[in-house]
This record gives sequence, structure tokens and C-alpha cells, in this order.
Amino acid sequence: MTQGDSDGLIVDAEVRRGDFMLAVSLAAAPGQVLGLLGPNGAGKSTLLSAVAGLTPVSAGRITLAGQVMDDASTGAFVEAAGRPVGFVFQNYRLFPHLNVADNVAFSPRVRGMGRQAAKSAAGHWLDRLGLTDLADRKPGQLSGGQAQRVALARALAGQPALLLLDEPLSALDAGTRLDVQAELKRHLAEFAGPCLLVTHDPLEALVLADRLLVLENGRIAQEGTPAHVARRPGTEYVAKLVGLNLYDGHADGPEVTLTGGGSLVIPDRGQHGDVLVALRPSSVVVSSHRPQASSARNAWPARVAGLTLLADRVRLDLAGQPSALVDVTPAAVAELSLSPGSQVWLTVKATDLEVYARDGSQPA
Amino acid sequence: MVTRTAPSRLTTRERARRAARGGASRSVPAPLLVPALIAVGFLVLPLLGLLIRAPWRHLGAALSGADATQALVLSLWTASATTAISLVIGVPLAWVLARSSFPGQRLLRALVTLPLVLPPVVGGVALLLAFGRTGFLGHYLDSWFGLTIPFTPLAVVMAETFVAMPFLIITVEGALRSADQGFEEAAATLGAKRMTVFRRVTVPMIAPSLGAGAVLCWARALGEFGATITFAGSFPGQTETMPIAVYYALENDPDAAIALSLVLLLVSIAVLISLRDRWLRGGIGS
Repeated sequence: MTQGDSDGLIVDAEVRRGDFMLAVSLAAAPGQVLGLLGPNGAGKSTLLSAVAGLTPVSAGRITLAGQVMDDASTGAFVEAAGRPVGFVFQNYRLFPHLNVADNVAFSPRVRGMGRQAAKSAAGHWLDRLGLTDLADRKPGQLSGGQAQRVALARALAGQPALLLLDEPLSALDAGTRLDVQAELKRHLAEFAGPCLLVTHDPLEALVLADRLLVLENGRIAQEGTPAHVARRPGTEYVAKLVGLNLYDGHADGPEVTLTGGGSLVIPDRGQHGDVLVALRPSSVVVSSHRPQASSARNAWPARVAGLTLLADRVRLDLAGQPSALVDVTPAAVAELSLSPGSQVWLTVKATDLEVYARDGSQPA
Repeated sequence: MVTRTAPSRLTTRERARRAARGGASRSVPAPLLVPALIAVGFLVLPLLGLLIRAPWRHLGAALSGADATQALVLSLWTASATTAISLVIGVPLAWVLARSSFPGQRLLRALVTLPLVLPPVVGGVALLLAFGRTGFLGHYLDSWFGLTIPFTPLAVVMAETFVAMPFLIITVEGALRSADQGFEEAAATLGAKRMTVFRRVTVPMIAPSLGAGAVLCWARALGEFGATITFAGSFPGQTETMPIAVYYALENDPDAAIALSLVLLLVSIAVLISLRDRWLRGGIGS
């Protein structure tokens, strides 16, 4: 364990909840925002709950700044109230009977500060998050974005060493989400400790996180920087989120035999073994006939299974060997007179294929 | 085959109602309407009798006479003391029943709710056998401290608490069970210890149910008769509460009995009004 690690959060644990089992090993350094991305039921909230001390681990341990929070082998356990953790819950869970100022003053107050001291501590955070004007309001009188800021202020007012955010923007409508997201990014940048951010929104993860951890079925499916994960998705789930076609197959020099049928020609970098191939939907060229002369190394027939209009493009769902999602312009759809059932030819340049080893994780 | 029905007449008002609210006929079928009306009559007519026979002209005299004031004062303070005691010891018990788990918890809940269904007289007899001068606890209280409970105002409060506290406990327990525990988790992550969470988050959040339970408890205590007369007797000024005073007044001063009953009716109506949000809008929302 390096010195840097011991300052931050280290989780190497299993958490059992009924039939569900979460097994993760992760480290978050001070100042780092670690995004936890995954589908519903992947165990993201369970992980936060374990780190906060609301759910004990069933094996392994959790340490924060070198101090043991939970260790199943020794039985050591720090109760939630004793952990220096700030938790921003999905629906914020602001106390409905307290006004904004008292909500924010709650943590200093229950941690033993006097009424006046707690009030001024809360005042500081209200000021920092631009909530001073809302101090006397009850949570029921706040907009979603305001409630989100109050929840953040309340968590920060406890002067936590670690910040946990559970889908902090999911309760907001699309209009305010971007503003609040930009603001949240600023506040997260000012926070000195490690931060775990749970989300199932890829954009949120890409914008807010310094490092991403993809959780699926209670396991870490992929880890890396947002750019890395977006470029080289490790699983079907991530590929779908970032809008890429993903194929797994077996590479043998310049060719990959795909598990799902078909094969692709790739730039020969001497790769052998199991690989993943990512393909951007806009890199595929669709033609009505077999291309005669083309620099593209890959060409195969496919059938249009579906069409969806996406802003200025049409996404084609094409069945073939392999199947692919392809983006074309509405004009192309008209020119090729595409409709479900149409037979087309797809061409892809070898250099447009991103080929990488199946374990898509990037070393820290 | 579908039998065709001749069209019936739909009033303009009914047309408007159905158009606005939707739904089919709202008219009540006779087999339901007649028993329903009988039930209404049965519940309302006796109260009407009370109002008709009330000595409206000399109500003041009837109330001030005899032991009425004494009984009213005694009833009010014992019911209030009962409610206070129930809040102090009943709410913690409700929390224990709702939030912790231990062997025998179901049995304990059954025992706690038993006074709700137990005939109050039996409660009075039980209290007498426990705390009476020769009771298995009262015996020691008497010989060690010279303390005799039965037939004192303390006995009134004990009898009322025995009968009324379960109303508070089950109301609060229900509220605790249905309360969103997410807020308590949030309080814990903010550094609040268990007792602080209870004091600063749980209690304020269940305050409406707490109030309703307390009113219910108070009303039940105010009307307590069986356990009180059995365990505390009926000494005017000492243990003769309103219901007991009504019962005895009916024999020698019916006007006073009716006047006292009216006062209790008034109190009951006040209680209902205070609970209207929870009870009169259909269903006991916990």
C-alpha cells in the first residue's frame, strides 16, 4: 500500500444483502471523484451504504485515511454516526420538519457544537452554496436544484473526510440538471477528500468523475478514466451507454473472428487471443449494393431491422454478421429508400475499429 | 342474449355529475339503504334523546350542584395525568415494539394490546389483585411503606392508564413502522447517535400521530368507568370521575346526570374535531 492510498478510501470487501452479493476492491485518493456507474441492482447503493456504515461488510474491510471503518475478520466496526462521511442521498432526505438553516446546522449541532456555533457554521455553508436567501424555507418549498444544494451543504457542514453522492442529479428535471451539474462539479473540485459518486447516467459520470468504476451484478466490470471507458467499453452495458457497437471475438493477426458470428479485418498489430472490438455507429457506411472498389477492408450484407430518429440523425438497427447500430442522415435514408426489411451493405475501415484485450480495465 | 332495458330518466344534475366525475349510477340499492338508515338511527337517536331531555334552562344549576364540578375537575386532571404518563412510558415502549427485535416480541405486543379488548372491569379486578392492600405487590407497599393505592386518586390514574395507554402505544407504533427510516439513516450519517436521532428526527416526524394517539388516550381515559370503579371506587372528590358521577346521579338527580353527559358529549365532539384530519376523511391513516 502506498502512502497516497492510505490517505484515501480503500474498500476491499464483500457485502451480502439477502441473495445479492457485492464484491469490490477499490481505492479513492483524496481529491479524487470516483464515479460508480452501473445498471439498477448492480450494487452501487449497497456499496455507498457499506462505506457509510449503514450496512456492515460480510467479508473484507473498509479503511478511510488509514483508519479501519469496518473489518469483518476482526469484527471492528465504526457506527455510521462515528464515520467522517458526508452522504448526499438520492432523494436528498432533507428533514421535512426543519428549515434549510437547521438542516445544514444538524450535523455540527449533533456532533456537539453549541446552538450559536452550529448556526454560524451552517451560515458559512449556506453562503458558500448560495443558499442564504433560502435559510428559512422548509424543504417542501424548495425546487429540485435548491434541495440538491441544501443536501450537499448539509453533508459538507459535518466536515466529512469522504463524500458519498447517490445519484445526486436523478431527482432533477432535464432543464435544471445541466446547471446543477456544472455547479456540483465546482463544489466537488473544492472538496479535499475522496468522493464516491453513484450514477447510471453516462454523461454525469463522464463530466463529474475523475475515474470510473463500472459495477455490474455486484462485480467491478471495468475501471479507468472516463475517456478510456468511453473509448474502450468493457461490457455490453457500457457500450450501450456510450453509444458504441461492441463485439467480442478472437484475434489472430489482422483478423478477428467474432463470437456472435462474422469476422472483421483489423489493423495488424500482432494481436492474438480474446479481444473486444468497439465500433462507432457513425463510422459505418451504408450502401444499397455491394461496394465494388473501396478502401474499406470490411464489407458485409445486413438487413434493416429498425429505424429511430435521433435529433439530426437516423439510427439504423441492422441485423447481419455482425449486427450493428449505424447512424446515417435522414437524407441517406430517403436516397437509399430504407425501411424495415431493406437489404443493405455495410462497409467499415479497419482503422475505425478499436481493438483491445477483453479485460478493458486501465491500470490506475 | 342481452336483455334490453327501457331507458330511465337521468336528471340534469345527475348528468352533470356523471360527466364531471365519471362513473356510473351512484344510487344506493334498497337492500343496502334500509339497514344503513336503521344503523344511522340507532347511533344518532339516543344522542338526540340526550339533547331533547336536557334541562337547558337550569343547566348551570344542575352542573354546579352536587359533585359535578368536583367530578369534572377530577376527571380532567386524572385523564391528563394518564396521558402524560402514557407519553413518558408508552412512547418508548412503542419504539421498542416497532424498532428493535428480541425473542418474545410478538407475545409482548399481544400483552400490550390486550387491555384494548379486555373488559375494563377485569382490568380493575387485576389491578386490585396486584396493587390492592392484600395484592401480591400492594401487600409489600402497605407493610413496607404504609402506602395504600386502592380508592385514591392515584388508583384512578392507574386504572385509566391501564385501559388508555395501549391506544397511544398502538397509534405511535404504527406511525413508527410506516415512517420513512431513510431520514433516520440520514441523521446517522450526519453524526447523530441513536437517542439523538429519536429526539431530533423520529419524534418530530411522527408528531401528528403522537398528537392523535395522545388525544385518543386522553379521551379513553376520560370515559373510563369499569376499571376505575372496581379499583378506585367512587368517593366524591377523591375517585368519583365524571362517568361514575353520571351513573350515580341518574338514580337521584337525573337532570344532573343529563347535564354531565352533555359535557362529556361536548368533550367528545371536541376530540373528534381535533382528530378530523386523520379519522373523518375515511380510514385510519397511520
